[in-house]
Amino acid sequence: MLLKNWWKILSFFFLLYTFTAGFLGSVPVKPILNETIRNLYFHVAMWMVMMIFFIVSVVYSIRYLRHNKPVDDIYATEYARTGIVFGFLGLITGSVWAKYTWGDFWSNDPKQLGAAIALLIYLAYFVLRNSLTDLDKAGRISAVYNVFAFAMLFPTIWIIPRLVESLHPGGMGNPALNTKDIDSRMRMIFYFGAIPGWALLGVWISTLRIRMQMFALNHQTNG
Amino acid sequence: MVKFFQRVFFILSGLGFSGYIQAQDSLRNVKPEMADSMRSNGKIYVVVVVLLIILAGLYFYLIQVDRRLSRLEKNSK
Repeated sequence: MLLKNWWKILSFFFLLYTFTAGFLGSVPVKPILNETIRNLYFHVAMWMVMMIFFIVSVVYSIRYLRHNKPVDDIYATEYARTGIVFGFLGLITGSVWAKYTWGDFWSNDPKQLGAAIALLIYLAYFVLRNSLTDLDKAGRISAVYNVFAFAMLFPTIWIIPRLVESLHPGGMGNPALNTKDIDSRMRMIFYFGAIPGWALLGVWISTLRIRMQMFALNHQTNG
Repeated sequence: MVKFFQRVFFILSGLGFSGYIQAQDSLRNVKPEMADSMRSNGKIYVVVVVLLIILAGLYFYLIQVDRRLSRLEKNSK
């Protein structure tokens, strides 16, 4: 029990650390941002975790295309689903944050638009998947589409945000965070608390859904 | 198993200690624009407690779902 589920407990402690140290720890003093810089542990973490899950998803899609095992397709779908959930949470939290720092919920900023386009492309993955009734065909076509959707992440959230001017920090180099804005204390909580904590929580949710789908799959084939 | 808990405790205490050092550092510079007074008079702890309750509730729920699913998987075999 404990040997199998230790990482679920670990994720709880990571988040416990993020939530307490994230609010009680001191942060760099910045104009406009003020205390909202703490959103790094929550808003920025959502995007990082989304990227992790989209990478996992595309790996399983490629595996499915190579070996044609239905299990891989289930993994790819469920990780993409969790990725989308985290992506939308990132988009919504980002627009709340933008309201109080940039002055508007949505200012058609290139980074906001890029992220929205990327998420819509991933939503289409599920539209496509659900529109096909043949299970095998749905698996193969959506796996191919998943590779395309993943490829579209490069221009929409990794390349264009680096090239154009934006309200969002980090115009040069890293598109998500200006490395000069955060200090080592924040980096510590971010990389050793928020990212692993949220990521493991997402993995847990994904595995629950995967097990659900596997259960359904086994019962379909068994009769 | 005991070793596992020892390790977890060691890591957690390490994190706590680094937080203590950071707190010492932050005392040196004064930050007028931040909500420092709110933190010192204790109100921020309310937010932390609320968030921890939400976190605990979320995990409680997830554990329930996990258990239910495990039972289903076990029974169907």
